[in-house]
Amino acid sequence: MSAVLEQGVIDRSVAVPDTYYDKVVLRLVQFSIVWAIVAMGAGVYISAELLWPWLDFGQPWLSFGRLRPLHTNGVIFGFGVSALMATAFYSVQRTSHVSLFAPRLAWIVCYGWQLTVLLGGLSLLGGWTSSKEYAELEWPFDIAIALLWVSFGIVFFGTLARRRIRPIYISNWFYGGLIIVIAMLHIVNNLALPVTLDKSYSLYAGAQDAVVQWWYGHNAVGFLLTGGFLGMVYYFLPKQAGRPIWSYRLSIVAFWAFVYTYIWAGPHHLHYSAIPEWVQSLGMVMSIILLAPSWATLINGIMTVSGAWQKLRTDPALKFIVLALAFYGLATFEGPMMAIRSVNVVSHFTDWTIGHVHSGALGWNAMITYGTFYFLLPRMAGRALYSTSLANLHFWLALAGTMLYIMSMWAAGVSQGLLWLNLDETGELRFNFTDIMAGMAPYYGLRLLAGLIFLLGTCLMAWNLFMTIRGRDPVEVTAPDVDPLYEVKR
Amino acid sequence: MTGMSLHKKLEENTGLLIFGILVVSAIGGLVQILPVLNQESLETPTGSTEPYSAVALTGRDIYIREGCSVCHTQQVRPLIAEVERYGPYSRSGEFVYDRPFLWGSKRTGPDLHRLAGKYSDDWHRVHLLDPRSVIPESVMPAYPWLEDAPASEVGDIQKKMQVLQRLGHPYTQDQIEAAPQQLEGLTELDALVAYLQQLGSAVSREEAP
Repeated sequence: MSAVLEQGVIDRSVAVPDTYYDKVVLRLVQFSIVWAIVAMGAGVYISAELLWPWLDFGQPWLSFGRLRPLHTNGVIFGFGVSALMATAFYSVQRTSHVSLFAPRLAWIVCYGWQLTVLLGGLSLLGGWTSSKEYAELEWPFDIAIALLWVSFGIVFFGTLARRRIRPIYISNWFYGGLIIVIAMLHIVNNLALPVTLDKSYSLYAGAQDAVVQWWYGHNAVGFLLTGGFLGMVYYFLPKQAGRPIWSYRLSIVAFWAFVYTYIWAGPHHLHYSAIPEWVQSLGMVMSIILLAPSWATLINGIMTVSGAWQKLRTDPALKFIVLALAFYGLATFEGPMMAIRSVNVVSHFTDWTIGHVHSGALGWNAMITYGTFYFLLPRMAGRALYSTSLANLHFWLALAGTMLYIMSMWAAGVSQGLLWLNLDETGELRFNFTDIMAGMAPYYGLRLLAGLIFLLGTCLMAWNLFMTIRGRDPVEVTAPDVDPLYEVKR
Repeated sequence: MTGMSLHKKLEENTGLLIFGILVVSAIGGLVQILPVLNQESLETPTGSTEPYSAVALTGRDIYIREGCSVCHTQQVRPLIAEVERYGPYSRSGEFVYDRPFLWGSKRTGPDLHRLAGKYSDDWHRVHLLDPRSVIPESVMPAYPWLEDAPASEVGDIQKKMQVLQRLGHPYTQDQIEAAPQQLEGLTELDALVAYLQQLGSAVSREEAP
């Protein structure tokens, strides 16, 4: 042991200290916040269109059918992926004790990605779409995304490959899973023959196309919106709580169970449809099993905070992160329940699904990202957050907005589902479709209000973080020495 | 502890970790998708299902462009209430020429799979240009721009049909040659209505659900 220690000491004295490369991280955080406001703003706008359809002013590009994909793509690929790239670049350096591999490529990824999201978003408004959900962008953008994604992988895994610490920390497995699985899904689902620049036809047709699309669609949620953001949890939660992950072994089991199980769950989006029944049933069973790895991570996270609860009173970043875990638990419970055929028969095609998605997207993805940004920016600025009370206000706005959103959509969705299926004693339909639809206005009104509240909170954060970092470059941080026990011997 | 020591290898080797994730995540997709892609019945047309005519194909591409599938499903589930409301439930063989599929995931408006013949062409025209003039409670957007745009400018119809032919749709050379002529003089509105009026018509309404 002493020999190892001695050797370590000698190694350290020779090694040149590495300074972390955080400029690209800061830029990605900034882009992420801009996309959050733009994409959530689009969401608020289309929710208003469902109350006042004339709000599109007869303009094709303001029409609901074109703005809705802009909303979803903007949130997932603009806000979500920029935040994931930022936090992946930040945490992979610190868990590897080296600076970022190929920083120039990282900049290309950063700006290339923003350009793709921007032009892609405009192309959606122009009516370029494949119509496959979360994969609407046409083939030129699909190619750009694939190239940028591989570059993202090169920077990330390149940094891992030259790490100075032997074990690869857990957060990196999740970010790695994000990069690899999304690449696989993206390429397979978007295979198509181009006709013109703005039009292609899918390689798959009908029922087969449906199975491939929901294998993609569900796992974009799985490996991007769940797995990627779990990477965020595994790095930033222990950091902010000041405690190590509760169980390393549980995190290993949960990770591999998650990666194995999630991919099977897609067909629950196609219950009672014209795909083979065995595929539906298998998808349902695996969706229920998925609850175990999902909640294993939840337990690991909550137990990690346990013992640091008092910090919740004073620390807005930790508040957001812990609340995000609570919504993660809610959404990953609700999901498997909705995947059961007898529940799905009511929930499918209704606003319940929209509510479920937003308990994930607002309660989980946005909150964990906000918590992480409140953690990151003061550290990068080298000074305290501009306003803690503003951050606390943001917290309550975010919570209120999310709860109101979910509850109004639960009420709307369950009503739709039950009323559509309702038969009178002679077996005739009791309600016509138009009446049910017209009854949704109050819920849609509440949802609009919920969206506005949540968006207002996001704008407060943008202001708060802007004032925190204003006029500063990221503080230079040098990699600390590695415990010789875990050091990579070169 | 052999499990843990095996995992030690994975978590200390970047290449192995990448390989491990790829293999473990691929299994589910392979088991579910490969059999489905090789199931002949899913590629066999049902009833009178045929490749879309030049006009209907153009209408379908307008339907895609305007994001109609965001709010309308094309999938009648085999449930009593749905069959009563919409018509015979959807069969896989009806969708073999659907690239991409347009089943949708949300019914803000009603399902459209059995729409053919439910309303007149004129009703559709009026409804698409001003939905609230026929259904006062409707929240559907109006599509005034479809009225003036020529259907022949919605992409290159011959190239589209050739691409679909390469993907296995049995278009004849005559059909492809005659395509531009069929679109002549039609507006986008005409093409979209033509598409809507053939939706789900391959299975007869009288047939048992």
